[in-house]
Amino acid sequence: MSPARRLLEHLVPYRRAYVKGFLGVVAATALQLAAPWVTKYAIDDLVADLTAAKLWGYAGGILGLAAVGGWFRFLNRRAIVGVSREFEYSLRNEFFAHLQRLDLEYFQRTRTGDLMSRATNDLTAVRMLMGPAVLYTSSTVLTFVVAMALMISIDPWLTLAALVPLPCVSFFVHYFGKRIHDRFEQIQAQLSTVSAVTQESLAGVRVVRAYRQEPFELERFRDANAEYVRRNRGLIALQAMYFPSMGLLMGIGALLVLWLGSREVLRGRITIGELVAFNAYLAMLAWPMIAFGWVTNLWQRGMASWKRMLEVLDVEPAVSDAHATADAPVSGAIRGDVEFRHLTFGFGGDPVLKDVSVSIPAGTTTAIVGGTGAGKSTLLSLLARLYDPPAGTVFVDGHDVRHLPLRVLRGAVGFVPQELFLFSATIADNITLGEPAPQAGVARWPRERVEAAAATARLDADLESFPQGYQTIVGERGITLSGGQKQRTALARALATDPRILVLDDTLSAVDTHTEEEILGRLRGVMRERTSILVSHRVSTVRGADQILVLDDGRVVERGTHDELLRLGGHYAALARHQQLEDELAAIS
Amino acid sequence: MAPHDEDVIGKAYDSRLMRRLLTYLVPYRGQVALAIAAIVTNAVLQLAPPFLTRIVIDQAIPARDLSSLGVVAALYLGATVLSFLLEFAQTWTMQIIGQRVMFDLRMAVFGHLQRLDLRFYDRNPVGRLMTRVTSDVDVLNELFTAGVVSVFGDVFTLVGIMAMLVWMDWRLALVAFSVLPLIVLVTQWFRRHVRESYREVRAWIARINAFLQERISGMATVQLFRREARDLMAFDDINRAHRNANLDSIFYYAVFYPAIELVSALAAALLLWVGGGWVLRDALTLGSLVAFLQYSQRFFRPISDLSEKFNVLQGAMASSERIFTLLDTPVEIASPPGGAPARRGAIRFEHVTFAYVPGEPVLKDISFEVQPGQRIGIVGATGSGKTTLMNLLLRFYDVQDGRITIDGQDIRTLDLASLRAQFGLVLQDVHLFSGTIAGNVRLGHREISDEAIRRAVDAVHAGPFIDRLPGGLDAPVAERGSTLSVGQKQLLSFARALAADPPVLVLDEATSSVDTETEILIRDALRVLMAGRTTLAIAHRLSTIQDMDAILVLHKGELREQGTHQQLLAQRGIYRRLFELQFASGREAVVQTPA
Repeated sequence: MSPARRLLEHLVPYRRAYVKGFLGVVAATALQLAAPWVTKYAIDDLVADLTAAKLWGYAGGILGLAAVGGWFRFLNRRAIVGVSREFEYSLRNEFFAHLQRLDLEYFQRTRTGDLMSRATNDLTAVRMLMGPAVLYTSSTVLTFVVAMALMISIDPWLTLAALVPLPCVSFFVHYFGKRIHDRFEQIQAQLSTVSAVTQESLAGVRVVRAYRQEPFELERFRDANAEYVRRNRGLIALQAMYFPSMGLLMGIGALLVLWLGSREVLRGRITIGELVAFNAYLAMLAWPMIAFGWVTNLWQRGMASWKRMLEVLDVEPAVSDAHATADAPVSGAIRGDVEFRHLTFGFGGDPVLKDVSVSIPAGTTTAIVGGTGAGKSTLLSLLARLYDPPAGTVFVDGHDVRHLPLRVLRGAVGFVPQELFLFSATIADNITLGEPAPQAGVARWPRERVEAAAATARLDADLESFPQGYQTIVGERGITLSGGQKQRTALARALATDPRILVLDDTLSAVDTHTEEEILGRLRGVMRERTSILVSHRVSTVRGADQILVLDDGRVVERGTHDELLRLGGHYAALARHQQLEDELAAIS
Repeated sequence: MAPHDEDVIGKAYDSRLMRRLLTYLVPYRGQVALAIAAIVTNAVLQLAPPFLTRIVIDQAIPARDLSSLGVVAALYLGATVLSFLLEFAQTWTMQIIGQRVMFDLRMAVFGHLQRLDLRFYDRNPVGRLMTRVTSDVDVLNELFTAGVVSVFGDVFTLVGIMAMLVWMDWRLALVAFSVLPLIVLVTQWFRRHVRESYREVRAWIARINAFLQERISGMATVQLFRREARDLMAFDDINRAHRNANLDSIFYYAVFYPAIELVSALAAALLLWVGGGWVLRDALTLGSLVAFLQYSQRFFRPISDLSEKFNVLQGAMASSERIFTLLDTPVEIASPPGGAPARRGAIRFEHVTFAYVPGEPVLKDISFEVQPGQRIGIVGATGSGKTTLMNLLLRFYDVQDGRITIDGQDIRTLDLASLRAQFGLVLQDVHLFSGTIAGNVRLGHREISDEAIRRAVDAVHAGPFIDRLPGGLDAPVAERGSTLSVGQKQLLSFARALAADPPVLVLDEATSSVDTETEILIRDALRVLMAGRTTLAIAHRLSTIQDMDAILVLHKGELREQGTHQQLLAQRGIYRRLFELQFASGREAVVQTPA
């Protein structure tokens, strides 16, 4: 379906308001066009030396037309511009809701600044199209048609003369419109780049400062900025030509009317009043002609931006409920058996995971160790379907995870990713991130639930030390948490969801040893009832697990309990020996 | 919920702001003069058509004089063509000036952001700062291209028309002017309300942007916690408030334009009634009445244009207020005219006290000394102030009491860039820039050769994984380096520090994200890296710093113990306790599952 068709479909809910607006435009335009007609009678009467009493009527007529016309103008403006705001509101919601459905991979390959630009600048251009552009187009077209008809009724030949420049106008509109559109698209694209460069530089302020990159960043920004200006210059040259040439053409039309019209008056074919009215109508046409260019511009920009928004709206989420089966378990019915079956997975190049097969019975603990880039985080991400695994490779309770609705699957998995993300909100809001949307019949999480989760994550003492406690705002607007505090907040967040499957991806790496020991002690009780999968770099953390997997370059190279792996004498044993030596060395006073 | 930022909004016209904005035009004054000349001339030309019409009606037609009609037509043509040329010149010049000024302003804002200190970034979300650099500057652009120009033109046209009316017939001119007080009233009413709703709209749009920005960045987390529905509701709230604020402002606009038209019709009716009476009594020519009617039409158009521009002006004032507020934010940590340190790497903290929030000191009276080449480990529980120590050393923040010296000089007296050139910083959260792997190691320092980058990369054992990437060192890095693993990013940040070859190495929790296997490799690289350099390393794993020359133990913002690993163990204090805990947790199976 064409972008224009789809835009129209988006407007269906607002058809009543548009109809109302159009009717208002018709009435207002009709009344506006009636005014010069009144003037015409008045002037002809003046020439014919009529009474002063009649002047009262004409003056009153002009005022009355303006009052009623103004009322309709008020109505149509409110209706149509108002609708464009409603439309903007719902399209913005739709855009955000769509982003929410897109997968992690999409956000990794798309720049945040680019998405922001589409959600703001492009949305504004589309809104301008739906409101002001529609309003002005309809009033312009109407004014044009009716004024023309009235002019013809005064003098067809004079009208013809006045319209000599018209073919040129339509040529101009067409010629310039296309080029303005193309250049505008290039400008918008460059604006996205400017945003992205800014975003990156500001977000990495510490690195920029520490490595004295300021001049380099400034240069990078200058390049993007200069390119933006360069592209704008192309548009400016066009625009500077466009509007004045409209004015020129209309001016020539007015000139012809004055010159030829006066001769017509001299010949007695039209009255002076008619000439004045004709002039007034031509002046009214000048505005539509000029507005036409401006409105075309709005249409071009709006359509270009709409296409850019559709580019995002048309992205099919790679991870969705498309394969969900009817017999899939409902929320809360997951036991927690996890299985990876001959899983091979990659992001295009070399597979990150190669033929990984692991069975994790419900209620047991599995630990994963392995080097950097061995595929540990990817394996965990596939379980929560941050990326979609190939069909028939990852199972929960015997169901292919692709067959489980995301809501059910993710509801069962409490995930603490390695690169965790806290929102600039209160600590309480961050911990209750997984709380379902408020709805009838579903109780809000009690305070104890949040407190228990915070206590298990050993966040309780920190919270006591904050003057605002749970209401402390973190992130850009609030206090800066240390790495360990962030990790523990993220842990509390996962625990608060009461998950069947707890997944910790190197969660306590920034937590000091003393605190970590306490947390692990408190976690023991929690983990007893759940399937737990944890990635760690420390033998001490993983040794108690029911099974330990050693991943190397995407393959499971060793598996077993701590003791079994030690006996095996492979990677794990080497790792353990190294850490033990370290500890022993440390123990020598 | 009320809008809580972007509240700073000034008047629609603020002469202080305007004067300051105009200073940005100074470099382009020649072109500005050209544009203004074109505008003024064009405004005068706009007076021609009604005047020529009057000549036609009063003289040419009654006299049945075709030749003077021809002269009038020729004059008309001349005026039209000239007006076209002037308008082209003016539009083109003004918009080009606008672009140049925007360029300058963007550079000024971005440049200032590059100088502002970390405290400023703590207070201001990145999304908000982005708005300053992009949308706020764009709003100003409209002021320069559409707004200011047409205001000039409008004012000249207005003055010209008024003069013309008075010249033709001062009594009838008074009749036309009699509606002016009404215009003033309507405009005042409009201005007052629109300012209010405009403020609201801006505040909400800023919140929408901040929300979107954060949600896009944290979308994976949102999805993992099935937060979509609730977030959508929260977004809907802000979005709806924004829409409602806009609907309010539409009301004022919808009232304003028809009201102006009504007043204009009132003027026309008055002219027709009064002037028509005079025409009947031969006190006025018909041509003058027609010219009056035409002028009065043109008279109100600039006024309603002016109010249209008012919108632009208001937006521009608000945006410039915000931009200037940002530009005026003092750089608390500015570079003094001082010289460079001696690059020996001797560091001294003398009674250093610091608090992010007044009254909540994070560091209290910290004093210690580091000799050139010495390797110092810093340990302490989470939140004990270790990271703050680093922040102060690099002058991300300034000490509130005491002082820090490097090579005997207070760091506040040293050239900032030279000071920071002393340090190679490795942070736990590695920030990568879009570009290439090599670019991320070089970080803009062109003096670092390709060979140096290769050596640095190999030394930290990042070579193997880089060589596996398509393009090797020239492999593209996506935004935030999202295609690389945390460990790989960490290795890259080591290469970064190594390539910079600083006298002092600052490792902030650097080794804690790397797995043991990689750590073995890195420790080897670190040994090379630390040779001949002063090193300050924050670590949670005591094992990584045991062979340091000295260890500082921070506790609740105070420096409680310092010495070598052995000395500290013998001291039986906090360090010993930390150590025993780690040792114990190493022996005990910390993850126990039910038997």
